[in-house]
Amino acid sequence: MFFLRLLERFAIGWNRSRFHPIANARTGDAGSRGTSRPADSSRTGCALAGVSSALAAVLIAATAWAADLQTLVTNLTTGGFGDRETAIGALAASGDARAAPILEALGAGQLYVRKSDNAVVIGRPDGNQLALTDAITGKSAGAGNEAELDRVRVNNRLRGVIEAAVGSLTLMSPDPRVRRDAADSLFKRPDPAALTALDAAVAAEKDARIKAAFTEARAAVVLVSDATKQQKLEALEIVRERGNRDALSVLQAAINSASDPEIKAAATAAAASVRQTLAAWEAAQNVWYGISLGSVLLLAAIGLAITFGTMGVINMAHGEMVMLGAYTTFVVQDIIRTSAPHLFDASLVIALPLAFVVAGLVGIAIERGIIRFLYGRPLDTLLATWGLSLVLQQAVRSIFGPSNREVGAPSFMSGAFQVGQITVTYGRLWIVVFSLVVFAALILVLRKTPLGLYMRAVTQNRPMASTMGIRTPRVDALTFGLGSGIAGLAGVALSQIDNVSPNLGQGYIIDSFMVVVFGGVGNLFGTLVGATALGIVNKFLEPYAGAVLGKILVLVFIILFIQRRPRGLFALKGRSVE
Amino acid sequence: MITRFLWQGMGRNLRLGVLFVLAIGIILPLLNQLMPASSALYVPAWVLQLIGKYLSFASLALAVDLVWGFCGILTLGHAAFFALGGYCMGMYLMRQIGSRGQYGNPLLPDFMVFLNYKELPWFWHGFDQFWFAAIMIVAVPSLLALALGWFAFRSRVTGVYLSIITQAMTFALMLAFFRNDMGLGGNNGMTDFKDILGFSVQADSTRAALCFASALVLAIFLVIAGAVVGSRFGKALTAVRDAESRMRFLGYRVEGYKLFVFVLSAAMAGVAGALYVPQVGIINPSEFSPGNSIEAVLWVAVGGRGTLIGPVIGAVAVNFGKTWLTGALPEVWLFALGALFIAVTLFLPRGIVGLWAQIRNRDTARKAKVPA
Amino acid sequence: MSMTEQRSTSALLYLSGVTVSFDGFKALNNLSLLVEPGEMRAIIGPNGAGKTTMMDVVTGKTRPDEGEVVFDGKADLTKLDEADIATLGIGRKFQKPTVFENHTVRDNLLLALAGLRSWYKLLLAAPTKAENARLDDILSIIRMEPQQHMLAARLSHGQKQWLEIGMLLAQDPKLLLVDEPVAGMTDVETETTAQVLREINKTHSVVVVEHDMSFVRALGVKVTVLHEGSMLAEGTLDQVSADPRVVEVYLGR
Repeated sequence: MFFLRLLERFAIGWNRSRFHPIANARTGDAGSRGTSRPADSSRTGCALAGVSSALAAVLIAATAWAADLQTLVTNLTTGGFGDRETAIGALAASGDARAAPILEALGAGQLYVRKSDNAVVIGRPDGNQLALTDAITGKSAGAGNEAELDRVRVNNRLRGVIEAAVGSLTLMSPDPRVRRDAADSLFKRPDPAALTALDAAVAAEKDARIKAAFTEARAAVVLVSDATKQQKLEALEIVRERGNRDALSVLQAAINSASDPEIKAAATAAAASVRQTLAAWEAAQNVWYGISLGSVLLLAAIGLAITFGTMGVINMAHGEMVMLGAYTTFVVQDIIRTSAPHLFDASLVIALPLAFVVAGLVGIAIERGIIRFLYGRPLDTLLATWGLSLVLQQAVRSIFGPSNREVGAPSFMSGAFQVGQITVTYGRLWIVVFSLVVFAALILVLRKTPLGLYMRAVTQNRPMASTMGIRTPRVDALTFGLGSGIAGLAGVALSQIDNVSPNLGQGYIIDSFMVVVFGGVGNLFGTLVGATALGIVNKFLEPYAGAVLGKILVLVFIILFIQRRPRGLFALKGRSVE
Repeated sequence: MITRFLWQGMGRNLRLGVLFVLAIGIILPLLNQLMPASSALYVPAWVLQLIGKYLSFASLALAVDLVWGFCGILTLGHAAFFALGGYCMGMYLMRQIGSRGQYGNPLLPDFMVFLNYKELPWFWHGFDQFWFAAIMIVAVPSLLALALGWFAFRSRVTGVYLSIITQAMTFALMLAFFRNDMGLGGNNGMTDFKDILGFSVQADSTRAALCFASALVLAIFLVIAGAVVGSRFGKALTAVRDAESRMRFLGYRVEGYKLFVFVLSAAMAGVAGALYVPQVGIINPSEFSPGNSIEAVLWVAVGGRGTLIGPVIGAVAVNFGKTWLTGALPEVWLFALGALFIAVTLFLPRGIVGLWAQIRNRDTARKAKVPA
Repeated sequence: MSMTEQRSTSALLYLSGVTVSFDGFKALNNLSLLVEPGEMRAIIGPNGAGKTTMMDVVTGKTRPDEGEVVFDGKADLTKLDEADIATLGIGRKFQKPTVFENHTVRDNLLLALAGLRSWYKLLLAAPTKAENARLDDILSIIRMEPQQHMLAARLSHGQKQWLEIGMLLAQDPKLLLVDEPVAGMTDVETETTAQVLREINKTHSVVVVEHDMSFVRALGVKVTVLHEGSMLAEGTLDQVSADPRVVEVYLGR
């Protein structure tokens, strides 16, 4: 019973390793083919040695193979760089799975020869010493230090060779990720010697995506091999379809080395097509970055769109409301860190309402304490709120210190994923989503709640609203509180991507005004479009002009734009404007 | 005709103000130069330097007041004109260093040697001549003001929109000047000046002369501003401030009025900046920061907008307070400055001068009542 | 076809097919109007009939979407801005008296005085003898000589109205647009204002926009009724008040 179970495991291990089909596919090198199966299986298979006579022969072969590997590995450590290259080739050609870690160690400068017994060992840093493993058996070989060991040296050229060799070796790995990486590394450094291995891998592969990767790698290899013109032309097509930067360099290499004019022309055409694809992806990437920047601008500007856009109040301390939100996040995380670390992932969710309340209350206090005395004097409001922003900054500086505060990212905000050739980080994605949610919520508040109704009424006709029984001072205070509270929400999001310092808000105030003015004062959808447009324009300018100059160009653009359309992109027309 | 033009704005208060400024600018430097250091009347050079700095700030405040107080354009970008004038002066002073720099390059300033410049950028040519620098000090801010004003006033950008645009302008310039490849010293700006017009900038006599020059320039600016404001142009200007569209319906081309006073004011700010730089010994991009512009507006608000003496009083008073507070209680300064902004707008909209006029009016009103 | 024909008429102010819309709302809808030289015209209409917008179009504050606005048989007002139009000789008096509050009464008149407008000339110009004489004249007409050095801010509401009329005299326009001149006035003041306007009308063409029917009656001039941005009726006050459509607009619904 026990035996059968073991056999079963053996078989599974075998299958999973996918050595069987390759062995059949290979044509030359019969010896290594015959021995390759048990070698791979020996990790599971060794335990069976004494139990099963059926396996005895296999084990003998494995031992013979081990000896063979011994020679190959020893060859690695002797001779000059030229000999070493040959040895690497030989080791790689053996197709042994254990060759891969050895070669990797060699490439990383971690392959040593122990002076005491000339054993080849892999040394990994472990404290002050090196933890050693026997290169051939893979068993621990104790510890040692550099003095007792001779490092097997490699140069950059050899590192390239090693990478390619490892690539072809790991094509058969049971781990799909390793196989994929192997295909990629082969694609980047095509090695004609790997062609047969690739053919086998393509034939054996079940996973469609990895199979495609193998096919592409094979095509890259074909291009550097001495295949026929027809094969090369087909290969060019496959590489072209891959359409990324690596494909471009493969094609570039093909253009440089091609002797046949037809291949050269085909490669040139393929490269042009890949460049187009790349440009499209780059544009898409810029759009994404632009949307991401736009969402930040939107978050910063949307509260201002309320206070400035609908109330006509110039709040230069708006940026400081954002800063207060960010510091609220910091305080929440600080408390969580010390008293309830398991809640850390929820810290932002806890901080959101708190930041809204903190910034909103400060906003209401500002409106009641200062701004209400200055209605109808926008320029004075501007000066007073600027003064207020100085006070708030200094207050935060006095309490929290002038340096940046650390706000951590919860786990759902970290990491990234790939869409085509675009890398999307979760942090940025969540901020985009968050900004849209805030925007939608605000629209709902304005359209569906009594507060929104009162706000619109007061904005449109204050005396009339007042006679209808709306307490306009209270509506003013609440509106201002709402705008400020949203700035506080923005602060929570911005704490994830910006330095949380007393100067945090200053960086956003001009941008926010630009967005609101650009989009059209008093028009929330204008703010949305304005923020996105400015974000994207900014990101498209950056590659050509650099970040700073890009920002300057955007400012100049907006200055010119306001000249043309002083009321913004989506201007309100009519008598109410005056 | 020019003298008549210049005298037309000369009220009694302005005349007193001009004389007072000139007296400060003559007496203090003389006391420094003529009195022995042991005398009780001796004025140390650092005081002259400080007074000279205040006086150049007062010129900047006057420039801001001319557009804000008299024409209603709240500029949040005048620090840019001030800094541009300062940079022009800085370029002149850099060229005067010659081969005395750390790298000893006879042509290139130190920072250019450091950044591997092979030759002088084109816009640095001519700045070894004072007359050229002097022209640029006036021309560069004026041209920028002309360009910005022409666009803005023609498209009727007014009120806070204009304020935000001017602020964006100075912000953009600050970012630009922070760049090393602007060829203007990048982050560090320009410093380590040696000579001005052949005299060492460190010498007491030069300090005395610069203090006098600052006073003289301020006095001249007061006279010019007084003349402009007191002319029929000035009447039209304040009318534009109070009721712009009414002026249009009367047939006035409002843009021309605004543009003239904006450019004049920018030129004044540029000259003020040029006087400031040799006295503090450094010019860097932080002079462009939006906060500086707004601070200049505060000086005007504190002193009294729409008056000529007000901005001078405000600039000196606020900066004296700043010098004192940043020395004594540095962390309190920003609180005080912020509170001042709020207090002035809430309680003192017409500034110190306005307060004084208010008290005097109340007095005269009381006196008038008594006999009746 | 008829356009050129119309243009060559003697009309001082000629509006044809003028349409102005704000966000889809038509403030003026295909409005046509003729004002002859020397004429005084009253324009009445309920709130939102487009009276103020019409004035805005004539003075260059608002550009019409369609239509022609011609002044004095030659100047296309749709192409000019406020300052140009004012210089051509169209004056405007606002509903709310707008005088320059921080200027003296005399300076207010000086600013309005026809003549110098360019900023560089004004830098050096002092008022000439002729200008001073003209100012004295106007001050005596509006009976404000004693207050001439007083700041306009200190004037009473009625005095401000007078000052504004003085400013219009100083501006000496060919055509005067007056927006609700008697709003908030007592009956006596209303009566005097009607007199003054008739006086002004001897030398100037006048268009008066007014709500107050008794005032319009006191003026005794041709009346144009606006409704929803178009002309509803035209004629003497008695004629238009007999028009059933006008009655409906004012009283109906």
